[in-house]
Amino acid sequence: MGATNRIVDLNVNGDRRIAGVPTHYTLLETLRYVLGLTGSKQGCDKGDCGACTVLVDGVATLSCIMPVWEAEGAEVVTVEGLARESGPHPVQDEFDLNGAAQCGFCTPGILCSAVGLLERNPAPSREEIKEALSGNLCRCTGYTKIYNAVEAAAERIRTGSADGAGRR
Amino acid sequence: MLRLPPHEYHRPRSLDEAVELLHRFGDDAMVIAGGTDLIPNMKHRLFEPAHLVGLKGIGELRGIRREGGALAIGAAETLASVARHPEVRGRFAALAAAAGHVAGPQLRNAGTIGGNLCLDTRCTYYNQTEFWRRALGYCLKKDGTVCHVTKVGKKCVAAHSADTPPALIAFGARVEMRSPSGTRSVPVEDFFVPDGIRNNQRGPGETITRILIPLSFVSGADGAPGGADVDAAAGGDADGAVNRIRGSPNGDEELHLRSGYSKLRQRASIDFPLLTVAVAAWVDPGGRMQRLRGVVTALGARPRELTGWDEIAEGEALDDDVIDALAERARKQCRPLDNIIVDPEWRRAMVPVYVKRALIQLRDEPPS
Repeated sequence: MGATNRIVDLNVNGDRRIAGVPTHYTLLETLRYVLGLTGSKQGCDKGDCGACTVLVDGVATLSCIMPVWEAEGAEVVTVEGLARESGPHPVQDEFDLNGAAQCGFCTPGILCSAVGLLERNPAPSREEIKEALSGNLCRCTGYTKIYNAVEAAAERIRTGSADGAGRR
Repeated sequence: MLRLPPHEYHRPRSLDEAVELLHRFGDDAMVIAGGTDLIPNMKHRLFEPAHLVGLKGIGELRGIRREGGALAIGAAETLASVARHPEVRGRFAALAAAAGHVAGPQLRNAGTIGGNLCLDTRCTYYNQTEFWRRALGYCLKKDGTVCHVTKVGKKCVAAHSADTPPALIAFGARVEMRSPSGTRSVPVEDFFVPDGIRNNQRGPGETITRILIPLSFVSGADGAPGGADVDAAAGGDADGAVNRIRGSPNGDEELHLRSGYSKLRQRASIDFPLLTVAVAAWVDPGGRMQRLRGVVTALGARPRELTGWDEIAEGEALDDDVIDALAERARKQCRPLDNIIVDPEWRRAMVPVYVKRALIQLRDEPPS
């Protein structure tokens, strides 16, 4: 059976995106190869490593094992959609300030997992942060700084402090 | 980069529509809920269905609620929602712990309890890419004739690797299935068959609809939820299952359902189990146990209920000597094979260790 194309109707980072895609495409393949959103990474491509993590209706989701049709009717947010008009998302800013990214390949997925955590739990404990990020592999093993960055971002969101200015 | 084989994806809005689609496409169709097992397997060309029938949008397959004498869990409830549900946590702690320890967080957000029951068996020589399997001449489970584990065997020994079935069996749960010919339910232990190629009795076109876990000692006795002569503790208490059995020989006797769960794996996240243990028993105020059940899995093609425990533990309190005797009885029954890429001797040595951990949870504090 050859590949058939169909029209998919998505909401990605607040934009309605309508495109023809092969019926066997995953959400990740659609994001990267149809919509040009290459921030979400294709790592193991079978649901182990977490590099493809995006938010689907606010829930951390592995886009490499999600048929694209299941994303119809949902709000998809990728790493490209985390920043606010005023600047980077506090989690992104704290990753920068804490040196929480090394090679950076796992970072888009970890940012999405972390933002998903903070949206449902604004004051997570260190253990809850570790648990929430336990499905994201970082092979540079920079986890300590990653946890520090998420803690700092949670604090900043709670206290409403605008940015990390002065700490740079 | 792993591509999916070409297929059509269908999103039925009702169970009737899903059953009709499965019937229409027959062997060309497979059901998909969370897809966390099926999609990687399709990428490895272990399955190449022309049609996928998605269950996640079907409201009838959602919800966790009391029905009759049972807690009914919709098959498409995610493992994450089962793990955090207050009544599951309070009453069936081992199930909440099992669901909460499957794989990693994103996989629990997508994977469902029905899907966990249908998880394909796993083996070093099976869960590989088509390229890898072809290089070895394939295997007995898929496309080949030789079992690379037993070398001579004509029976597939791929390991049942799901975490929730041991807990469900220990709690006496039943699984309800729907096909064009109607609805049926079987005890979870009978759902599985000892064949690694296809280890459950779900028929073609059949799909799991609900899991039913008995709430009381009596309703669990014959496996059929709905015991009428039991005062299943004044509704909705989340901190323990209490039953007052009227007319029992000892008068009004309170039995609490207690449980434990332990899991061996290489990393504390993402990995499949190398060994999973669930235990459950009804315990009276003096700590004496009735109907203690222990179930292990990740060893053979289906979960194994530990036998001989009644003569050690029925009516006894769970002291250290009883725990040691139960753990030793478990070790004698479990002989892991070389089907997972971890030394089977070590996995066997871990059986009594993990059985003890689960029993200590049952006695001292519920798993979390």
